[in-house]
Amino acid sequence: MIKIDIQKKLHGSGGEMELICNFEIKQNDFLAISGPSGSGKTTLLRIIAGLEECKGEIVVENKVWQNKKIKLPPQKREVGFVFQDFALFPNMNVLENLLYVKKDKEFAHKLLKMAGLTELAKRYPNTLSGGQKQRVALCRALMRKPKILLMDEPFSALDPQMREKLQNDIAEFHNKFNLTTIMVSHSPSEIYRLANKMIVLNNGKIEKFSSPKELLLKTSGSAKFAFEGKIIDIVGVDVINIAIVSIANQIAEVVISKKEAKDLKIGDKVVVSSKAYNPLIRKI
Amino acid sequence: MSLDLTPFLLSFKLAFFTTVILLVIGIPFAWFLSSTKSRFKPVLEAISALPIVLPPSVLGFYLLVFLSQSSPVGRFFMEMFGVKLVFTFEGLVVASSIYSFPFMIQPLQNGFENVPKNIIESSYLSGKGKIETLFKVILPNMKTFLLTAVIITFAHTVGEFGVVLMVGGSIPGKTEVASVAIYDYVETLDYESAHIYSLIMLAISFTVLLFVYMFNEKQKKRFL
Repeated sequence: MIKIDIQKKLHGSGGEMELICNFEIKQNDFLAISGPSGSGKTTLLRIIAGLEECKGEIVVENKVWQNKKIKLPPQKREVGFVFQDFALFPNMNVLENLLYVKKDKEFAHKLLKMAGLTELAKRYPNTLSGGQKQRVALCRALMRKPKILLMDEPFSALDPQMREKLQNDIAEFHNKFNLTTIMVSHSPSEIYRLANKMIVLNNGKIEKFSSPKELLLKTSGSAKFAFEGKIIDIVGVDVINIAIVSIANQIAEVVISKKEAKDLKIGDKVVVSSKAYNPLIRKI
Repeated sequence: MSLDLTPFLLSFKLAFFTTVILLVIGIPFAWFLSSTKSRFKPVLEAISALPIVLPPSVLGFYLLVFLSQSSPVGRFFMEMFGVKLVFTFEGLVVASSIYSFPFMIQPLQNGFENVPKNIIESSYLSGKGKIETLFKVILPNMKTFLLTAVIITFAHTVGEFGVVLMVGGSIPGKTEVASVAIYDYVETLDYESAHIYSLIMLAISFTVLLFVYMFNEKQKKRFL
């Protein structure tokens, strides 16, 4: 059982706000934390790791990491941390990066083998691709056999194919080592694939705390498909108006009414949804 | 004419001791400066940079006053170590350490600030303390800055003149370093010796700087 009940004043881009988080997760849970940027996600992760000061309590498997009297430094908290930008030690090769944490060659080789990195063991970080670096970072974080694995947007610097590979590795490691994992992520597909619990953080407060299935699949109204997008243009063609919407990596045209055309402007964030139709599915 | 190399040996001996002492003091001090949020930081930075802007004669004069045996510092060294600090080699080392202080501190401070914060945090999260992190992660990742600090401090000490002349006098074999020796030759109109000494200084300085810049270029390529 991991119990987190913390408060911290933050000076964000939108002025002062207070980060207040109170939740519990069980051992072997995979918790995803999502929410707009500046909502305190990374800070929460850093607080759990002991990298930032805060008020409150953190208890991990009956061991107090922080309360009014105790505050364990990062060195004494059994966490593994995967940074967004890898943070590998540039002066050490892949194997040395792992062995720096713990001189356990057997375990290091086992992790590298699981991540398919055995052949890269003697390479230095600056010769690796982003995906390889992040997998090394993941292996390094696991060398301590952590009670909690913390990951701060581990996929954000990677291209889609690399994401896929890293997702597989994370899922495999999580199950194999009975990890408790907390991951900050923006991507619904990654969260859905990996996590069994999900927190939506907004302005420092927990807005929703449930399963990804419940939070991600349920879209408002009775819509079956809903995508968030941004209007990049509105054009009038003959008698109809068309909004050009950018959704993820795609550009779509959506017919809108005259009134809608008046209310919407370029740059607006919108939800494009559809109710009753047969979605077509085709392998690519 | 046979060339007397003693002044050069003295210069290098002085530069060597100064560099070692400053390295030992400079690493913790620069690390503190790079990581502190204290409001006294600008004050400390200003004090440590003073030798850059002060005329050597001013610094030399103050050092002469502070290091003499009638001052507390001079008396302390006399009583504790039996060392006289004025017109002696030991005094030159102390004076040079103060004079070259900013040349060690500033590259080191830049170096510490240049090491990404998250690799330092990664080391803490790997269970390592500050000292181990310093020697195994931070210093190896600021090699160019470390080398720059060492070489510049060394070269600057070899090249100093005003302070060593005032604090050391010009005692042959004891405090007459190369730069002072050249001055003495010029004063006695021995231009030939002055030429030879100057040329040697020029060659050494150029070689040292060339080496630093070449190494830095290589390091940049390795890590980028």
